[in-house]
Amino acid sequence: MSSSLNPLLEPRGVRIALTLTAAVVLLLFLFAPLVVVFGEALSRGLDVYLDALTEPDTVSSIGLTLLVAAICVPVNMAVGICAAWCVAKFDFRGKSLLTTIIDLPFSVSPVIAGLIYVLVFGLQGWLGPWLRAHDIHVIFALPGIVLATLFITFPFVARELIPLMEEQGTEDEEAAVSLGANGWQVFRRVTLPNVKWGLLYGVLLCNARAMGEFGAVSVVSGHIRGRTTTMPLQVEILYNEYNMVAAFAVASLLAMLALVTLAVKTFFEWRYAKELAAAK
Amino acid sequence: MSVKSPVIPGFGPTLGVTLFAAGLIVLIPISALFLRAAGLSWEQFEAAAFSPRVLASYRLSFGGALIAAVFNVFAGLIVAWVLVRYDFPFRKLVDAMVDLPFALPTAVAGVALTALYAPKGVLGKLLLKVGIKAAFTPFGVVLAMIFIGLPFVVRTVQPVLQDLESQHEEAAVSLGANRWQVFTYVILPAILPALVTGFALAFARALGEYGSVIFIAGNMPGVSEIAPLMIVTKLEQYDYAGASAIATVMLVVAFVLLLLINSAQKWHQTRMAGR
Repeated sequence: MSSSLNPLLEPRGVRIALTLTAAVVLLLFLFAPLVVVFGEALSRGLDVYLDALTEPDTVSSIGLTLLVAAICVPVNMAVGICAAWCVAKFDFRGKSLLTTIIDLPFSVSPVIAGLIYVLVFGLQGWLGPWLRAHDIHVIFALPGIVLATLFITFPFVARELIPLMEEQGTEDEEAAVSLGANGWQVFRRVTLPNVKWGLLYGVLLCNARAMGEFGAVSVVSGHIRGRTTTMPLQVEILYNEYNMVAAFAVASLLAMLALVTLAVKTFFEWRYAKELAAAK
Repeated sequence: MSVKSPVIPGFGPTLGVTLFAAGLIVLIPISALFLRAAGLSWEQFEAAAFSPRVLASYRLSFGGALIAAVFNVFAGLIVAWVLVRYDFPFRKLVDAMVDLPFALPTAVAGVALTALYAPKGVLGKLLLKVGIKAAFTPFGVVLAMIFIGLPFVVRTVQPVLQDLESQHEEAAVSLGANRWQVFTYVILPAILPALVTGFALAFARALGEYGSVIFIAGNMPGVSEIAPLMIVTKLEQYDYAGASAIATVMLVVAFVLLLLINSAQKWHQTRMAGR
């Protein structure tokens, strides 16, 4: 490369300085925290690490996290598809208001997301007295954790699908309808193949957030050990007990979830780019 | 823009499901917050939302989020620039890793950053040698806010940089501009809206962030307590109304800021289009 002569490139010294600055920023803020998680988790050896992960409260927190994700992800996937369908394929009054409402959870602090459910279902909340009279537990129980997680992950699928489905237009669907396809067939055979990578992408991010949410869940969970602690809350409890190896052992599982999420996400982007290129 | 036709089926049911879910999960609970805050007299509201301890937490949350977002504008631009324009080993891997703060659960980021920057941590030890205490101070809060906000700037600026046509830069060069002039007069105006959006997103996220900040903050009253923590503290005392008052202040200020930035962007766009 005769880069030093290329007027569209910075001088060599500037390029090296910028690259080094970027490297330092990424090292300090991205790689170092990740390395620390695994380093601390394995600091007393593999046996201690595995013992920490098989401790009953930790095992039950893993189960609860999987259960919450198993409820929230399909619900928000279905709602997200419905939202994307009516927003992207139709014009109606109040559409921009509806998309604003769908996006709202992104701009609300997780703590406030938890708080609003306490205000509705908590002891002094709107439904508190009625729920208490009927012995139904929402706050400090599974339903509250699920609701707060639903709120936090509400926009993910719709957010990915709406721009994709808008870009795609409505001509293919209209052609399918004129050929006699019903609504479900139009979606399954015409729309879905075009947006499947976007959908998977949204579901993936939704799942990562559902499993990793801390602030909102922390407010509604009550931190009852072995019962209402999800994995991120278990990290907090163990950390506050100065049980560092155990805290970082659970944290390392969540970090692996994040790494897998990033890997799969990169794979989706690669596949999607390939299909776009093939379609051209 | 495609013409939307009434031929396609499914409008009623999908809109129904969407409205039902949005109402149940988002709208009703949010309105519970505002109704609870509206039920307070002004004196009660003031006592809860503007006590000295809570005011100190706003200062830290808003100030820290501002500093972190400004830092991220510069750091994020450099990272995006290097990723788009230069070639180096593991570029793809580094590019994928930029999203780590999105994917890593915030509590994990929180304990990891604390372990790193605590007085006994690897980086905390180094900083202590030059006399800087990082963890359990407002500086630590800013560090966590930088971590959580960085990808927002990179990911909004990167696509704009990627799509930038080199013709404008070539034209500027042929007219005798040096590299710095090309950057300030050609490239910067084109990426400025993306930078502002990235700034706003990073700021909003840092403002509301809880998990990654709470561990490194140390949570000393009046010194290193963030506003979301004050909400949690009120809730732990079963002071629902007080928690709602603080949450309302945070929501309103964040909303006004985003509105200002949005209208600034619209103004910028119409001005550019009018040229």
